[in-house]
Amino acid sequence: MGWTRKDLLSMRELDASEITLMVDTAASLQEIASRDIKKVPALRGKTVVNLFYEASTRTRTSFEIAGKWLSADVVNFSSSGSSSSKGESFIDTAKNIAAMSPDVVVVRHSSAGAADLLARELPCSIVNAGDGAHEHPTQALLDLLTIREKKGHFEGLHVAIVGDIAHSRVARSDIHGMRKLGMTVTVAGPPTLIPPFVQELGAKVIMMLRLQQERMSAGLIPSTREYARFWGLTLDKLARHARPDVLIMHPGPVNRGIELSPEVADGPYSVILDQVSRGVAVRMGVLLLLAGRKGGDGA
Amino acid sequence: MSLLLRGGRVIDPANTVDAVQDVLIENGKIARLGRSLEAPADAEIVNATGKIVCPGFIDMHVHLREPGQEYKETVATGTRAAAAGGFTAVCCMANTSPVNDNGAVTDYILAKARVEGRVRVYPIGAVTRNLRGEELAELAELAESGCVAFSDDGRCVMNAGLYRRAMEYTLPFGAPIISHAEDATLSAGASINEGVVSTELGLPGQPAAAEDVMVARDILLAELTGAHVHIAHASTAGTVRLVRDAKARGIRVTAEVTPHHLVLTEDAVRTWDANTKMAPPLRTKRDVEALIEGLADGTIDCIATDHAPHALSEKEGEYDRAAFGIVGLETAVAVALDRLVRPGLLPLATLIARWSRDPARLLNLPGGTLSAGAVADVTILDLDTETTVDPSRFHSRSRNTPFGGWQLHGGPWMTIVGGELVRAVGR
Repeated sequence: MGWTRKDLLSMRELDASEITLMVDTAASLQEIASRDIKKVPALRGKTVVNLFYEASTRTRTSFEIAGKWLSADVVNFSSSGSSSSKGESFIDTAKNIAAMSPDVVVVRHSSAGAADLLARELPCSIVNAGDGAHEHPTQALLDLLTIREKKGHFEGLHVAIVGDIAHSRVARSDIHGMRKLGMTVTVAGPPTLIPPFVQELGAKVIMMLRLQQERMSAGLIPSTREYARFWGLTLDKLARHARPDVLIMHPGPVNRGIELSPEVADGPYSVILDQVSRGVAVRMGVLLLLAGRKGGDGA
Repeated sequence: MSLLLRGGRVIDPANTVDAVQDVLIENGKIARLGRSLEAPADAEIVNATGKIVCPGFIDMHVHLREPGQEYKETVATGTRAAAAGGFTAVCCMANTSPVNDNGAVTDYILAKARVEGRVRVYPIGAVTRNLRGEELAELAELAESGCVAFSDDGRCVMNAGLYRRAMEYTLPFGAPIISHAEDATLSAGASINEGVVSTELGLPGQPAAAEDVMVARDILLAELTGAHVHIAHASTAGTVRLVRDAKARGIRVTAEVTPHHLVLTEDAVRTWDANTKMAPPLRTKRDVEALIEGLADGTIDCIATDHAPHALSEKEGEYDRAAFGIVGLETAVAVALDRLVRPGLLPLATLIARWSRDPARLLNLPGGTLSAGAVADVTILDLDTETTVDPSRFHSRSRNTPFGGWQLHGGPWMTIVGGELVRAVGR
C-alpha cells in the first residue's frame, strides 16, 4: 500500500496500515544516521519550509536535519523577526510562502486546527508539527518507532501517560496511534489536568509529559512542589509500581525534578534520547512519503 | 392606500386563528379578516393562496453594528437582511462603538432606522456604562429615548450586587433586563463547549455550568427584586430546567433560543469552520433535545437569531482567534421550518407564536397579532419553496454562516411592515 494523503495532520485520521507504513519507512531510513556521509538524493530539487509560530528546539531541528539528509532545500521561518511581527495574519503569511512553490510546509502553531487550516487553503503538502493542544503526529510516530524497537511489537502493550493530559497534543496523538495499533492506554494526573471524556483504560511503558507551565492558566495545580511529590516519577515509585522491563519515555523538554527525577531521566529505563534520534528518521519518512507521493493531488 | 392578502392560510396564535382567510390592510393597520373580502378600489391585491399568513416576525436579538462597526453591518443592511428573512422588527444590542449606554446613541440608531431602516428597529440599552460591568448606565434616559430592554449582551454582568441594583432601578420602566448568562471565570479562554469534541480537538472548552450558574443567579435575583429577567440565547439543558422550575414558582423569567442552538451540536466544530464558533457555544445532542422540548412547552418564550455579523478576515484564520458569532437573519426562518417544523419537532403554530406573539408580549411591542386595529406587520411563509443557502446573495454585509449550501424546504415569502411591502420573493 502506498501513501495517498496530501497532508499529515493528525493520528486520528490515519488507519493502522497508514501508521505502520510511516513507522516502517522511518525504520528503513534510520541507518542513514550512522553513515559517515549522511546524505541521500531522495528529495533533491524539493523545497521544505519550516513554518514555526511557536518556540521549538527539538522538532524544528529534527525536521531541518531530516530534510537536509534527504537533500531537500530547507527554509526555516519563525514568527519573530518576520512580517507577522508587523501584523500580517497567519493565513496571509502562509499564502505568501505557498506562492513561492514549496513542496512541503511543516507548521507549528499555538492554535489548534492551524495545520488543518493550511491544508485547506494551500496546494502544497502540510505536516502538522504541533497545533495547540490538538495533535503532534510525528511525535507519536517516533514514540511508536521507539517502542517497537525496544519491545519488538505493539499488540497488548500497556501504556500509561502521566501528567498534563489536558494541554498536551502529544497525549492526544499518542492515544489515537497507540490504540489503533492494539495497545492499551491509561492516562493519569491531577484531575484538573485530565480533559473530560478521556477514557481510562488499563501500564508496560510509562510516558511522562512535561508540566506545561507556560500553557497552564494559573490555579490548575497548587504548586509544582506538590505536583512533583504526587505525580513526579522517582526511582522509589518505579521500584514499587512498575514492571522491571518498563520503558520511560518523555517528549521533552524535561522539567528535571518535577515530572521526572534526574535518576529516572538518565536511568537505565529511560529511552528519552532514543526518542529524539528516532525523530529524525520519522521526519525523513514523513517528508519522503509526502513529497514523493505519486499522482500529485491524491488526497 | 390598502392591501388585500387574498386566500392565504392565516395563523394568528394571539387569537388562536388558523383558517383560510383574506386579510385587509388599510392605513398601516389590520382592517379586518374574513372570507372573500371585498377589495377597496385602491387596493393592491396579493394572491396568498397556498401561503401562510402570520403576524410579523420579531427578532428580539440582533447586532446591527452601527454606530462604529459599519464594515460588519449597518442599520440599512441589517434591516434589509431582516426584511429578506421574513422579519418585520428587530431589537438591536448595545455593544456598538460607542456603546448604546446613553440617550444620544439611542437617538442616533433610531434616526438611522427612520431614514434607512427597512423594518422596525427597537434599540436595547446597555446595563452598565461602556459594558464594563462597573457602574450603571443612564438607564432612565435610555428608556425615555426608546430602549425596550437593557442588556450588556456579549458580556455577563459578573457583579451580582450591581446587577441587582440594575433590576431594581429599571422596575418602573416595565422593560426587562436581558442576561448574557456566562460566568466569565468558568468560560475564560474557551472557544467551544467543554466535552468530547474539545478534548479531541484540543480546543479550550467551557462547561454548560458556565451558563447554568449565571441563569440560577439571575433567577434568584429576579425573585429578590421582582424584576423581569430574560435569558438570552439559552444553550443548555440546565437552563431549560432552571427556567421551567422558576416559571412554575411564579418568578418573572423568560428565555430565548437561537436557531443554531436548536439544530447544530458541538460535532459541527470538527470541520474547524470558525462559523461554528459563537457564545454560548454549540452544545450536545442532549442540550438540543431539551431546548426543543422547552421551546415546544413554552419554557422558552421565543426564537431569536443573535445575528452577529463579522467580516471574513475575522473568521478565516485560526479557530481560537476567530470572532464569536454568526449571522442569522436570512437563514433563521428557513432553517426552523425545515429542521423543526417539517420533521414534526415543533408545530407550525408554535413556531409562529414564538416569533411573533411571544416576543411582542415580552417586550410590550406593537404587533405580534393580526387583530383588527393592530399594526399591519405581516410575515408570509411559503412552505413549499426549496432553497439552497447562498451566503454570497445575503443582504447583510457579512457572510459568516455555518448554513452555507444547506438545502432547505420552506421559507419567508413576503414581509409587510406597517402595510408596506418591504420584501417579496420573486418581485
